Amino acid sequence: MAWFKRDSGDVDPSGEKKIRTEGLWVKCEQCRQVIWKKDIEENFHCCPKCEKHFRIDARTRLAQLLDDGAYETDDDNLVSIDPLKFVDLKPYASRLTAARRDTGLNDAIINARGKLNGRPVIVSAMEYSFIGGSMGAVVGEMIARAVERATDTRTPLIIVSASGGARMMEGVISLMQLAKISAVLARMDDAKVPYISILTDPTTGGVTASFAMLGDLNIAEPGALIGFAGPRVIEQTIRQKLPPGFQRAEFLLEHGMLDAVVHRKEIKPYIARALDFMVKAA
Amino acid sequence: MSLSATLGNEGYPRTAGLHTAVVAQEFLFLMVESHWKSSQNGHGVKMESVNKAQDELQRIEQQIGKLKSQPALAGPESGQQQAVQQQVKELQERVSALRRHIDSQLDAWQRTELARHPQRPYLLDYIERIFTDWSEIHGDRSFADDASIICGMARFHGEDVLVLGHQKARDTKQKVYRNFGMPNPEGYRKALRAMQFANKFGRPIFTFVDTPGAYPGIGAEERGQGEAIARNLLEMSRLRVPIITTITGEGGSGGALAIAIADRVLMMENSVYSVISPEGCASIMWRDPSKRDVAAQAMRITAKDLVEMNCVDGVVQEPEGGAHRDHEAATALLSTALLAHLAELKALPLEQMLEQRYQKFRTIGQFFRVEG
Repeated sequence: MAWFKRDSGDVDPSGEKKIRTEGLWVKCEQCRQVIWKKDIEENFHCCPKCEKHFRIDARTRLAQLLDDGAYETDDDNLVSIDPLKFVDLKPYASRLTAARRDTGLNDAIINARGKLNGRPVIVSAMEYSFIGGSMGAVVGEMIARAVERATDTRTPLIIVSASGGARMMEGVISLMQLAKISAVLARMDDAKVPYISILTDPTTGGVTASFAMLGDLNIAEPGALIGFAGPRVIEQTIRQKLPPGFQRAEFLLEHGMLDAVVHRKEIKPYIARALDFMVKAA
Repeated sequence: MSLSATLGNEGYPRTAGLHTAVVAQEFLFLMVESHWKSSQNGHGVKMESVNKAQDELQRIEQQIGKLKSQPALAGPESGQQQAVQQQVKELQERVSALRRHIDSQLDAWQRTELARHPQRPYLLDYIERIFTDWSEIHGDRSFADDASIICGMARFHGEDVLVLGHQKARDTKQKVYRNFGMPNPEGYRKALRAMQFANKFGRPIFTFVDTPGAYPGIGAEERGQGEAIARNLLEMSRLRVPIITTITGEGGSGGALAIAIADRVLMMENSVYSVISPEGCASIMWRDPSKRDVAAQAMRITAKDLVEMNCVDGVVQEPEGGAHRDHEAATALLSTALLAHLAELKALPLEQMLEQRYQKFRTIGQFFRVEG
């Protein structure tokens, strides 16, 4: 027999005390500080303490770049047909289905039209969480169409890269997208329509070896991993440890491979300034 | 093989002896044929048995060749002689049919092995046989001369052309010198510089691809491997001279594509072209590099696959058993193909040729569906 007995049965689970803090705080992977998530969001998804740039999805990116976060999308009805019927440990078809479900996108990119400081622009933003932002036939075609649209309407183009490179599951077809995009970019270059490439974490492989490095200006976010070969491949090839900071945006800047490394909150003003330079008032 | 060995030394003065010799070769052929058939077990065959069968068949072919040049067969014709001649001809046809059959049975991984065969002709072997008056152009004028890509002026059937491509090597010292055919950025920049030089003076460009890929090293990244490749893709698409690319061996991803934006992209029968090496794909997707044969098959990397997917414009036949078995024949076949394609391109008005090149790459690899 208990000396103390609770009259009303179980503990009342309702009330103030129920507020859970899980998911509201995050630990910065760089400075190890625990930070209120909202502060990060207000700081353009960068750590308020150490300015570590967290990866953001394509929609957040577009909202940050374009006036009032408003844009219209194009070409979002293109879907991969799994041309090789590729099956590794898991069928590519089921990877695609899962990625489409998780991201709500049909492939690893959004083609958008909007305004940047009042000036019409076309923005293609890559989605890293869709199979590593990899480029297959759909991404290739969507970028080619964005480039053509920009050329035809003489609208400045901005491509935001976030990609591991070509999509292996589409084999040589993904490789050919490099050729396709480079050919349409050559025509845009001939037409003198401005193109700014923004390289974000990570931009590697076939994306670096094509449009990401072909902007009139190539700018990157601080700390972004940018390279042709992945760090692991290089380590295995040369059989030595890579120097710290290797293939980070600052490293590329130092070696003359980038025009600028720009903090995320400065990117929009930077682009606006650059477009003033590249577009003459009519 | 003692039978064929003795046949090689002694002449056969009489047609009767000749007849025996032909029968002996026929016997050997039947042995190879039945051995070949029994080595197939439904899952394809081992590269070892392919090589062995091709070796034996090549030896039989040589012996038949010798028999044909015997004075007894070349002399005035008799009935018996005609019969023997007929027999020789038939045997020859059967041998070459079997060799072609064996070639057609190779899977993607076996083709990869052939594409990497150390005896396969390399670019300098082709240059020596297809072109004349070769004089090399070195250096990218900003950093170094990359020996894994060679460029130079040459003449093709008397016409001035630019030739460039990856160069591999056979002995260790040379392999290191050529960096195993894996260029650094300066290699691609040298190639672009040379192509713009040809463009300026209106000379056609021949490029030859045979690389495991662009070199993945620290220096390569520091000097902008990605940028160098990207720049080549863009600039090649708008060069105003005919460009013909041949994938002669390994077409390794961006490192291959960087010199393969052309009006005509040809693949030799046993070459491969892929976005990543079968080993690389296997270790990433299967987490097991030994699954390279499965990966090779899954990625569809053979010449036949690429033609079917409209990613290249044609296949150049190789001599039976592969280019490594007969450099002269392989070169002759390639030379004929290059000549025909160059003639076709030169017959086109320039603007039309450029528009065709653009349209080809604009519509390449279009595999998607439109929903809604």
